Amino acid sequence: MRLYVNESSKADGKRVVLDDMLLTTDLPTTAGSKMLENYVSLFEADIISKLRNAGYSVCGKANIGEFAIDLLGETSWFGACVREDGTLTNASAEILADDSIDAVICLDVNGAPRRAAALANRVFIKPTYGTVSRYGTIPVACSGETVSVMAASTAKCREALSAIVGHDDKDGTSLSEAQCALLKSDAERKAVKKVALASSLTASADEETKAKINAFRASLEAQGITVTEIDDQLLGAANTAWNVLMAAELCNNVSRYEGVKFGYRSPNYTNIDELYTNSRTEAFGDLLKTTILFGSDVLSTDNYMKMYDKGLRVRRVISEAFAGIFKEYDAVLMPACSKCSYSEADVKANKYIAYEENVYTAPASITGLPAVVVGGVQLVGAPFSDNSLLDAAEIYEKEHK
Amino acid sequence: MSKYETVIGLEVHVELATESKIFCSCSAKFGAEQNDHVCPACCGMPGMLPVTNKRVVDLGVTAGLMLNCDINRVTTFDKKSYYYPDLPCSYQTTQWFAPVCVNGTVTIETSKGKKDIRIKQIHMEEDAGKLVHDDWTDTSLVDFNRTSVPLIEIVSQPDLSSAEEVVAYLERLRSLLRFAKVSDCRMEQGSMRCDVNLSVRPEGSDILGVRTEMKNMNSLSAIERAIEYETARHIDAIERGTEVLVQETRRWDDIKGKSYAMRNKETAGDYRYFPDPNVMPIVIDDEWFAKITSTIPDLPEVKKQKYIENLGLSEYDADQLVQSRAFCDCFEAAYAECGMAKDVANWVISDCANMLNKKQMTADMLTIDGKALGQLIKLVADGKVSRANAKKILAVMFNENIDPAAYAEANGLIVSNDTGKIKDVIRGVLDADPKSVADYKNGKEKALMALFGKCMRELKGNCDPQLLRSYLLEMINQ
Repeated sequence: MRLYVNESSKADGKRVVLDDMLLTTDLPTTAGSKMLENYVSLFEADIISKLRNAGYSVCGKANIGEFAIDLLGETSWFGACVREDGTLTNASAEILADDSIDAVICLDVNGAPRRAAALANRVFIKPTYGTVSRYGTIPVACSGETVSVMAASTAKCREALSAIVGHDDKDGTSLSEAQCALLKSDAERKAVKKVALASSLTASADEETKAKINAFRASLEAQGITVTEIDDQLLGAANTAWNVLMAAELCNNVSRYEGVKFGYRSPNYTNIDELYTNSRTEAFGDLLKTTILFGSDVLSTDNYMKMYDKGLRVRRVISEAFAGIFKEYDAVLMPACSKCSYSEADVKANKYIAYEENVYTAPASITGLPAVVVGGVQLVGAPFSDNSLLDAAEIYEKEHK
Repeated sequence: MSKYETVIGLEVHVELATESKIFCSCSAKFGAEQNDHVCPACCGMPGMLPVTNKRVVDLGVTAGLMLNCDINRVTTFDKKSYYYPDLPCSYQTTQWFAPVCVNGTVTIETSKGKKDIRIKQIHMEEDAGKLVHDDWTDTSLVDFNRTSVPLIEIVSQPDLSSAEEVVAYLERLRSLLRFAKVSDCRMEQGSMRCDVNLSVRPEGSDILGVRTEMKNMNSLSAIERAIEYETARHIDAIERGTEVLVQETRRWDDIKGKSYAMRNKETAGDYRYFPDPNVMPIVIDDEWFAKITSTIPDLPEVKKQKYIENLGLSEYDADQLVQSRAFCDCFEAAYAECGMAKDVANWVISDCANMLNKKQMTADMLTIDGKALGQLIKLVADGKVSRANAKKILAVMFNENIDPAAYAEANGLIVSNDTGKIKDVIRGVLDADPKSVADYKNGKEKALMALFGKCMRELKGNCDPQLLRSYLLEMINQ
């Protein structure tokens, strides 16, 4: 585990840690990769000034998996976060054990921080896509990745979120100030009354995870909220489509790291092709290389219509499926991952475990819908329902203090 | 030779005349020090995000309207991936799936008459940087000033069949795009570049031959030579089997007068296009579209006809004016002010043009305020300022915005027909130069001109020449 600490950060006042996908000018930003070891950006993420304006100081950076696409952060060039018993954890989630840290701001690319929050029993919100600027975040899967907040409590999560929400002219996908304001006001804040339970996604998780779902369900029902099982077959299709889109965008976004302009340059080359090939071969890890190859393949002329274009169509189908659900329900309850702990051995045995676990995180990633994690489970809501989801999370939180 | 025909399609890149780059606020101007116009966004640093410059869309649509295209009112940007050191992100943002303009035509005129060349599409994209090779140290350096400078690429159908047609087509494009202020289209500065796709087939055949492409041609004469060379090379290959033609990209060496196959690696490849998720689709609504349409000028030939028919200009004058949009703008503004079409045309195509020539500027660089020019012409017509002095005022107007009447007043350039003063001056000149007076009286007409000139100088030109002449004759003959 590697943590950069900003010595000049205020000891008093509110403190945040950023995961290493967010660019800082006073600390390196590595994306967990040898490629960007000691890379210091010339500009910082837009959200940093918003945090400062809200009275937060940035006190450090948290280690992540290489380009944030793995299960929990285990592919970091700087080492995995492993507990003594051999189970994997994640730097952002562990840092929150220090209660002087109010929140960790993470880039949720492929679900890793969302899973980490579920496993470590933290509160997490991936807000509605476009409400937080992505300017100054290392780009991977731009159409879905969202700057998110992890914290020890719902209240701290909500406070940090309201600090970073807002329009940014520098981000073309940033929503208007009026739309962003929906997350800061009570206009879209409706009490969650009817919750849909994603039945097959829940059925696919292990017993311990099902028990968490049941505990959460019981808390809601105790407050008169109905929880109804629904057919979620379509949501299950989000995963394959997301893996296609994510890999394609990643392949394109990391193509800028080729040893010429910045990042690692191999000393072993005699011409430009060797410079490209050897720099990338030596600096990129296995999961990243696999994903690059997959992404390159789905964008090839032969496969574009069969794979990438189909992925875009599935994205629309999933969005429509959710819209249908939200006509009747206020939120969808589902696991954030299939188990309650993962060991190094699990990851070694199955190289593609992150791709598989995405089945729980992809529905919200591919649609840009807000997702909240609390009590080890995940609630997905309609656009701009972020505060309503946190309200529902608070019901569970109060009961399980 | 005559039993073959050449089939040519062109891809013309034109840099748009915007102040800033396509996705960031860096200057897009040509000629700065290397790497002066760069920021994290245009040099591809991770974390930057593109924000589309709306002016690029204005000019892209304008180009399409000038070339009779259909405009896609919802247009999107895509990413094109390839590795090259002058491309900072290793992808270029361009338009692949929904280009801004499609299905246009350009009418050209050659020795064989008029011909319509179909335009397949016009798309907007960003330019790449520039590699500077240092042979001495065997290194290559990158200049990112040109990176993300906005371009349009105009793709023609393979409707061209000779070097003459290609040159006529490029000249027509240049004239139309300059006229609409889309680009300055300077081939020597790289703001207009051309890729030539060429194949040869037996005359009358409808099967296309093997196509080769020559990239980044940047002078009309080089294009002409390259087309002639390639045509001959293709025919030789077909007739005499000198070589086997393959579809490839070739480099034209204008000094050696030969084309060379480029390394296969540079030409092959899959660009893996996909929609750029960071650039939202651009929706050109009715209001925006109407705003652009309102700026579209008449075509040069339409303007010419109007000048002749409505304003009574001669064909020659009208033709001179429509060579440049700046001339037309200046002419129209000045005409609106003073209502004297013929006079204004003279001032623009002779006086203004001369002054531009002296300064080694092109017609498009005329920035003189047309309204002020109209006022000046009126001052001359009203006899308030002499033509000679008006030229002096015009020279000042080239450098700064002035009110001609106020300037003439302040600098003593107003015509004074004060008879007493004029006669005093004449008396003085005659008294001071009895030799010229005597010469005149002995029949030397030239002597009168010398005396006239002296009087005019004394009066600083502020006198009606007819009046001066009559007084001078009257007094010298007394």
